[in-house]
Amino acid sequence: MSIMEYNGGSVLAMKGKNCVAIASDLRLGNQAMTVATNFEKVFPVTDCLYLGLAGLASDVITLRERFRFRVNMYTIKEERQIEPATFAQLVSSTLYEKRFGPYFVEPVIAGISKKTGEPFIAATDLIGCLNFAKDFVVCGTASDKLFGVAEGLWEPDLEPEDLFETISQTLMNAVDRDAFSGWGAIVHVITPEKVITRTLKARMD
Amino acid sequence: MNTFVSRFAPSSSVIPQYRGALAGDDDDEFSDLTWGSQAGFGNIGAKGIPSFEVPNLPDPSAFLRMHTDDYADPNCRIKIQHGTTTLAFRFKGGIIVAVDSRATAGSYIASGTVKKVIEINPYLLGTMAGGAADCQYWETYLGIQCRLHELRNRERISVAAASKYLSNLVYSYKGMGLSMGTMICGWDKTGPALFYVDSDGTRLKGDIFSVGSGSTYAYGVLDQSYSWDLSDADAQELGRRSIYAAGHRDAYSGNTINLYHVKEQGWEFIGNYDVTKMHYDGPGNVPGATGGGYGYDVRTAGRSASDADAIDTSA
Repeated sequence: MSIMEYNGGSVLAMKGKNCVAIASDLRLGNQAMTVATNFEKVFPVTDCLYLGLAGLASDVITLRERFRFRVNMYTIKEERQIEPATFAQLVSSTLYEKRFGPYFVEPVIAGISKKTGEPFIAATDLIGCLNFAKDFVVCGTASDKLFGVAEGLWEPDLEPEDLFETISQTLMNAVDRDAFSGWGAIVHVITPEKVITRTLKARMD
Repeated sequence: MNTFVSRFAPSSSVIPQYRGALAGDDDDEFSDLTWGSQAGFGNIGAKGIPSFEVPNLPDPSAFLRMHTDDYADPNCRIKIQHGTTTLAFRFKGGIIVAVDSRATAGSYIASGTVKKVIEINPYLLGTMAGGAADCQYWETYLGIQCRLHELRNRERISVAAASKYLSNLVYSYKGMGLSMGTMICGWDKTGPALFYVDSDGTRLKGDIFSVGSGSTYAYGVLDQSYSWDLSDADAQELGRRSIYAAGHRDAYSGNTINLYHVKEQGWEFIGNYDVTKMHYDGPGNVPGATGGGYGYDVRTAGRSASDADAIDTSA
């Protein structure tokens, strides 16, 4: 079995009208055995920028700390908050540093630019190939199912509440068809004013 | 009825027009056209034994093993349904049979509404783990043979005989890629009887069995609370609770639970229960239910010191 499927889990981000949403499931598994159902895969980078990491759980934690360190260094040196597009380049180059012995993680980035107020989403593969999408990005063991459901449900210029409904339905229905994702879900909707975080009541099998 | 029996009986009391079919090796001339629909059992020859075409090679079983046995080669194979949790246990009130309903193909959940209990006849149940088609076909075939036994001998077949018939049958196909792990459950002259039969040819008599990828989780719950003297309600609850545990922990099991109870008058379908509903709310107002959800978080909400808002200073 692939190391990318060792722990399971999936992350999804979507763009809306002046808002973005990022969501993950809560499963931590050891192959087929579900070990924990409170393993969050989405982390705050700044107050309007979030990072999701799906893949090998040990690398998820390592990279979370590594990005925390690098973002802190950036903030101190530049004396300003990092922009989503800049952070995406940071993620990409951090992963490519390990081109010949990569972290087994696929990151998803979702945020709103402080400068322009533009919503921003991006994803990379495990060695840092950036994918800037204008609709949605997915990663994890349920990525193929997520693509299918998102393709059917997403539409442009959704308001925050509608975007929440769309991303929640997409995630829940996709992970219900994936054996290695699910067991709860968490959704963050980022608007210029505030971040709305909700945990969802999901299937537990 | 006698003509029906005589078609399958090896004896000489045969109507002349059928004699050709019984004598010759080739029963093509008495195919479906003569007999009408045979519900997929049209390949049962005059001797009452199905005849399957095998690959035309010097060693067909080696060829089949190469392409169907995932143990030898997980990459190149004919994919068959694998993940499952099934259980059956004997107790003073009969036999409880409980199964999940998930079918997976790799990590993809292909179905959540599979019937993994096969109703062989009103007194016999078979469970399904491994190849879905293999279990379905051979247990239905077993049902045909059990009925013929009844007609020939004017009494119901014992569970021991039925399960032995199945185990001898699958043993004759050993190495050809059959995949089934099944429990044959029923009530006969000797009382409730339970046998485990698998495609390796293993046949075991016992009181408690669980089969499939989630069987270890089910055994954990089952062993903790099992006793011969369980009441009907408690035994049914134990069956439900055990499959729930497997559905929750095992990625390849879940969706819904099907519960059966084998009694002296035959088996009875107790119900279908959603695993997630069991997690949050429990099975509802059914015999044996303790009330409330089975989920750990549901049962312990607000009782743990690690719950930040749970620390009760009033006590």
